[in-house]
Amino acid sequence: MPQPRRDPASLESWQDPDARPFLEIRGVTKVFDGATYAVDDVSLKIFRGEFFSLLGASGCGKSTLLRMLAGLERCTQGHILIEDEDITELPPFERPVNMMFQSYALFPHMTVEQNVAFGLRQEKLSRQEIRTRVGEMLELVRMTGFARRKPDQLSGGQRQRVALARSLAKQPKLLLLDEPLGALDRKLRESTQFELVNIQERVGTTFIMVTHDQEEAMTMSTRLAVMDAGRILQVGTPSEVYEYPGNRFVAEFIGAANLFDGRVASTDGDRVTIQSEGAPGDIVMHHPQPLAIGTPVTVALRPEKIRLLEEPPREDVNWVRGTVREIGYLGDVSIYHVGTEGGLTVQVQVTNRGRRTSGPLTWDDVVCLGWDADSGVVLPA
Amino acid sequence: MSAAREPVLAPGRASLRRRIDHGVKSLAQGRLGRALVIALPYAWLLLFLLLPILIVLKISFSEMALASPPYTPMLQWAEQRTLSLSLHLGNYAFLWEDPLYVAAYLNSLKVAAVSTVLCLLIGYPMAYAIARAPSGWRIVLLMLVILPFWTSFLIRVYAWIGLLQGNGLINHLLLSLGLIDQPLVLLHSNFAVYLGIVYSYLPFMILPLYATLVRMDLTLLEAAADLGSPPWKSFLTVTLPLSLPGVVAGSLLVFIPAVGEFVIPDLLGGPDSLMIGKVLWTEFFSNRDWPVASAVAVAMLLIILVPLLLFQRVEEREATEPTR
Repeated sequence: MPQPRRDPASLESWQDPDARPFLEIRGVTKVFDGATYAVDDVSLKIFRGEFFSLLGASGCGKSTLLRMLAGLERCTQGHILIEDEDITELPPFERPVNMMFQSYALFPHMTVEQNVAFGLRQEKLSRQEIRTRVGEMLELVRMTGFARRKPDQLSGGQRQRVALARSLAKQPKLLLLDEPLGALDRKLRESTQFELVNIQERVGTTFIMVTHDQEEAMTMSTRLAVMDAGRILQVGTPSEVYEYPGNRFVAEFIGAANLFDGRVASTDGDRVTIQSEGAPGDIVMHHPQPLAIGTPVTVALRPEKIRLLEEPPREDVNWVRGTVREIGYLGDVSIYHVGTEGGLTVQVQVTNRGRRTSGPLTWDDVVCLGWDADSGVVLPA
Repeated sequence: MSAAREPVLAPGRASLRRRIDHGVKSLAQGRLGRALVIALPYAWLLLFLLLPILIVLKISFSEMALASPPYTPMLQWAEQRTLSLSLHLGNYAFLWEDPLYVAAYLNSLKVAAVSTVLCLLIGYPMAYAIARAPSGWRIVLLMLVILPFWTSFLIRVYAWIGLLQGNGLINHLLLSLGLIDQPLVLLHSNFAVYLGIVYSYLPFMILPLYATLVRMDLTLLEAAADLGSPPWKSFLTVTLPLSLPGVVAGSLLVFIPAVGEFVIPDLLGGPDSLMIGKVLWTEFFSNRDWPVASAVAVAMLLIILVPLLLFQRVEEREATEPTR
């Protein structure tokens, strides 16, 4: 995983109550045509050096939010502050922000060199300085040999690098990336993920990336925000969002989740017992916050945290029985879709340890599935 | 053909079938088919462009004669079965020696060049405005540009006479407003010629410009703004260079016909607005000097063609510029 390397002992800036945010988004709203809320009252604090991702399905408002940060869309309401300076009303060409466009938007009539130099030419820099900086940038993205080429003589991956070099050339305080890897094929995308994170570490610029690919957001970001219908549903580190999704949408959007609807039957300290029609016995889960008895809740379980059992557990908790309906063989793991007696379909992921062409289970096998009290989360229904 | 069916056929039939398939394929995609498709437009060009030009060229090398057709033949059977070929270069020498023709050529080029620049200056903002208008409006605005074509060109030029003449609409309006107390001389002047040419050829400038501007990727302008370029600078560094093909196409579409323009200087121009199209007409119809008229036409063709070919050469070289 191309996770940014960090000192595990130090406090992260977003955990430090005294840290001043680098970028602050305060109640930003964008209304199109007087009625469509593309971005709805979003507030965010992003800290220096972060690689922050805005994650969501298409049409969730993430790109509009990014474009407002770049100044390409006006905010209907709210304020955007960089280092306590209000930039809400600044036109894009006066903002200390650069953007890498999804289509790359390279100038087709200019060479690679001229493209990278474009931003620098807008500043009062000497020719020599511009040439040096362009050289550095092309070296950073390993495109030095292509300086004299035109964009249409480059491959998709090479164009992506040039676009990155161009947007970094002005040494912006904040770099916005709109689906930076969207146009690349899978293999290239994976290697570019690593490279982008490496470059971010080297230049130290704060990155904000928009993506619909949850895997991309998980592997690259320090923190991410999950968006839906113009609102931010959850902000956190990739592992926080994955392990402790705040609601049903996030649980289902990030990774796969098996959801059991039920009601709180009893609580005992940080353990909560839930009765669900989907499971024959009780469901007992860890949940630190107190819940009133009778509260409707949803238990979310990740497929890789569910085990195959030989027989029902003796305590008669945290288990279901069902029939194998579908088998998905992915090489390293297999995914089983199990139709339970309660009428649900539960996804189970099993690591393929031994080398065999057929797994331990086959279609129509009856299996028992079990899980631990701390391998899932209890969400408000 | 599908591999699954092949084994069913006897080997001999299969090979025959393959050969027929191959023949049909080569007819459809191969050299023969391609040649047929290409031959048609070429035949058209040969018949209606190259052949007339060659005829004109031939006449330009002959002498005027009181005959029908009114020029001497180029090839003639002389005595004893010898074919005599007579090339008469006197017409071209005449064009060069008589200052009238040189002046007319130079004036035509000047009028065409100035009109082209004027069309560009007026047409570019119009094309830009149409290309950036909301998409529902674009078609309406384009229609307005094309609408004058629905009336005959000749009638529209005549209409300008009604507007410009001494007791015409414009003078009438200015007089009744008290802005002038003598009617202005608008008609039969160089001004009227420029006005007529710019008015008539403006759509030919706007349409190609519009076509390039409307195709432009607007995220390029966003990228330019994002990189710190204010709008006016983005126009000069991004929009204008990218619309250059449209500028060139529009300019050629205006310049070339404007050089040979006859109707507009004839109807709107005065005695001093001497243009080569008018000279050509006079030579052909008034003087009935076909050879000189043909020489005038050939010289005009060369004057336009040579810079055009040079330009194309440069364009091609730029396109195939070797890159490291």
